[in-house]
Amino acid sequence: MTKEQMRALILVGGYGTRLRPLTLSRPKPLVEFANKPILLHQMEALVEAGVTEVILAVSYRAEQMEQELKAEAVKLGISLIFSHETEPLGTAGPIALAREHLLKSSKPFFVLNSDIICDFPFKELAKFHRDHGQEGTIVVTKVEEPSKYGVVVYDSTQCIESFVEKPQEFISNKINAGLYILNPSVVNRIQLRPTSIEKEIFPVMAKDQQLFAFELQGFWMDVGQPKDFLTGMCLYLKDLRAKNSEKLYKGPGVVGNVLVDPTAKIGPNCQIGPNVTIGPGVVIEEGVCVKRSTILRDAVIKSNSWLESCIVGWRCSVGKWVRMEGTTVLGEDVIVKDETYINGGQVLPHKNITVSVPEPQIIM
Amino acid sequence: MLKAVILIGGPQKGTRFRPLSLDIPKPLFPVAGVPLIQHHIEACVAIEELKEILLIGFYPAALIQQFIVDLQHRYNVTIKYLQEFTALGTAGGLYHFRDQIRYGNPDAFFVMNGDVCADFPLEDLYKFHKSLTNPLVTIMGTEATRQQSLHYGCMVTNKTTQEVTHYVEKPSSYVSTLINCGIYVFSLDIFNTIGDVFTAKQQDCYRNGNSNREAGYIQLEQEILAPMAGTGKLFALQVTKWWSQLKTAGSAIYANRHYLELYRTKHPERLRQPNTSGEDCTIYPDVHIDPTAQIHHSAVIGPNVSIGSGVVIGPGVRIRESIILSDAVINDRSLILHSIIGRSSRIGTWARVEGTPSDPDPNKPFAKMENPTLFNNDGRLNPSITILGCSVSVPSETILLNSIVLPNKELSRSIKNEIIL
Repeated sequence: MTKEQMRALILVGGYGTRLRPLTLSRPKPLVEFANKPILLHQMEALVEAGVTEVILAVSYRAEQMEQELKAEAVKLGISLIFSHETEPLGTAGPIALAREHLLKSSKPFFVLNSDIICDFPFKELAKFHRDHGQEGTIVVTKVEEPSKYGVVVYDSTQCIESFVEKPQEFISNKINAGLYILNPSVVNRIQLRPTSIEKEIFPVMAKDQQLFAFELQGFWMDVGQPKDFLTGMCLYLKDLRAKNSEKLYKGPGVVGNVLVDPTAKIGPNCQIGPNVTIGPGVVIEEGVCVKRSTILRDAVIKSNSWLESCIVGWRCSVGKWVRMEGTTVLGEDVIVKDETYINGGQVLPHKNITVSVPEPQIIM
Repeated sequence: MLKAVILIGGPQKGTRFRPLSLDIPKPLFPVAGVPLIQHHIEACVAIEELKEILLIGFYPAALIQQFIVDLQHRYNVTIKYLQEFTALGTAGGLYHFRDQIRYGNPDAFFVMNGDVCADFPLEDLYKFHKSLTNPLVTIMGTEATRQQSLHYGCMVTNKTTQEVTHYVEKPSSYVSTLINCGIYVFSLDIFNTIGDVFTAKQQDCYRNGNSNREAGYIQLEQEILAPMAGTGKLFALQVTKWWSQLKTAGSAIYANRHYLELYRTKHPERLRQPNTSGEDCTIYPDVHIDPTAQIHHSAVIGPNVSIGSGVVIGPGVRIRESIILSDAVINDRSLILHSIIGRSSRIGTWARVEGTPSDPDPNKPFAKMENPTLFNNDGRLNPSITILGCSVSVPSETILLNSIVLPNKELSRSIKNEIIL
């Protein structure tokens, strides 16, 4: 048997407006989640499962992203293909657009929504898919409140029967996790036009009994917006504690699960954590308390400040005795004046905040 | 020989100063580190001929006595507390204690409202009063804005003689921007005038049975000063030095700032000087710190902060535009802004206690402190300074914003724009 290549298609899509103001400075796939670009979490897991070619479906051109990701692909020893949509093609259209690549081998290919963070089970998924022998497998994950999502209904053999949007009465607590493995034959089910894979392709496949559900173990989060980004970070760090706890930071003043880049500096009398990620080159001065937050590269947090549930953008400067909370997101290079209070502020890049923002608002 | 009378009111008065007046009489509330009326007393003792200070009010004597003993001892001047049996009104109180005031036959006596704060120009007022022929009353006057003048006693004067030709208390339409500051010089003959009013009221009382109020209740402004306007007996000296009323708790921070500023010339020993050695905490003037307070060297204090006795301030604490009353504890890295922290209150670590200042509009000449009501027309709390009553405890890492907390409360969460009973 000739060793055929495994491929994956990642649906990057548009500008990542839900994660603004961060995505005004950096394309969403490059925004660091737990000190690593979101897309790299996925690419590394794919490489681990034997994928050698990754196709990124993007609907805009971003030189910076393409350069950076190509360099990462070289490091990972895979080839990277950018598949550019001239118009948004939804969640299925990009598969048709990448047809020539996906049909190069007879092996099934992975499809991923780019905002998903979990303990990616690609190897197990591929095995499960091989074993049931049908056209497609959807990864499903358990949620507490299924009425907010579309749920997946399947039988005891895991064969999917139907999809129900926002069920009023409980029928299932399993939702589509945005990760799939599909046989090349599925490409022929999709036309090159804006198409939703969830609404137009999967229901037909389910009817044909060609679609199976793979139950995800462990955490799962769509980190496409700030609130979920922080929740996802907490889950990720908890998972890291269980599986790879030597990666977590163990300096003085640390509480709970904390990830600190070795080049970051933390002053005396700080309380860092629980659930904090501190990026490279970050400086935390004396007597700072940070909880449930992400501090991105080269930001400075000055003495005696208190932060909870914040994302502090690259190269920001947060003054002394500042209090920030309530999913405050600072874009790149924002300066927050000493002694101010920001509650739920979404601050666009390069702003100077000189007065308190006590109620959630967007600061242009 | 001169005397002074300070009108201090009673527990039923000054309710707008709650919750600060719940555990200490308002006249004894410390502003810039000393009780409110001690500023009056210090202005009085600076005048050489002044031999006796009488406090008139209806607080129980036990609340006032210790203060009087302390100050008498310190300034070597006679200070007496004359307790009214009931609220008699300003003129009624004076008349009730007329024998005490007249005793020793003083040349004149000052009358000072206890709830004003000022750089009291008593010397100027007395000199002016003495220069007049047969005056009964000289009023300290100051300029207000047209709009704000309506909240005060408004006076029209003859510009050459300074005689008050027209007086209206809190008019409903504009009368004059010259307002009554509640500081006066009285000649002893004033008691004849008040006596006439007293007698007339008493007769009215018996003849017509109008006994819904004590006959002895006489308001100074409406019943004595207003009728006296235009008779050649009532004068006003307009002064430009700082003056303000202290009605609401919110105005205490404003008064604190001005008294601290006055200390620069009058009591520099009461101000903590910024030090350069690095052993003391960082000070941005003006700051008053009681010598018994313990401040960590990494704390940053000022401007406009007064810290009382026995207060403990931890590392990395920042305090600005605030009053910290005695025995309060502010733990590490907390921030206190535009707030009053009550006696024996405790603030946890990394807490933020913040209010909104309501200072006079600096862009309007002669603007005075607004004394906004607690609630606006929508029934919502107006943003004001944050006030903690005594023995309140604020947990670590919480925020208290524009809120008022009544005494002896143990908070368990962050509070914004609320009154906590």
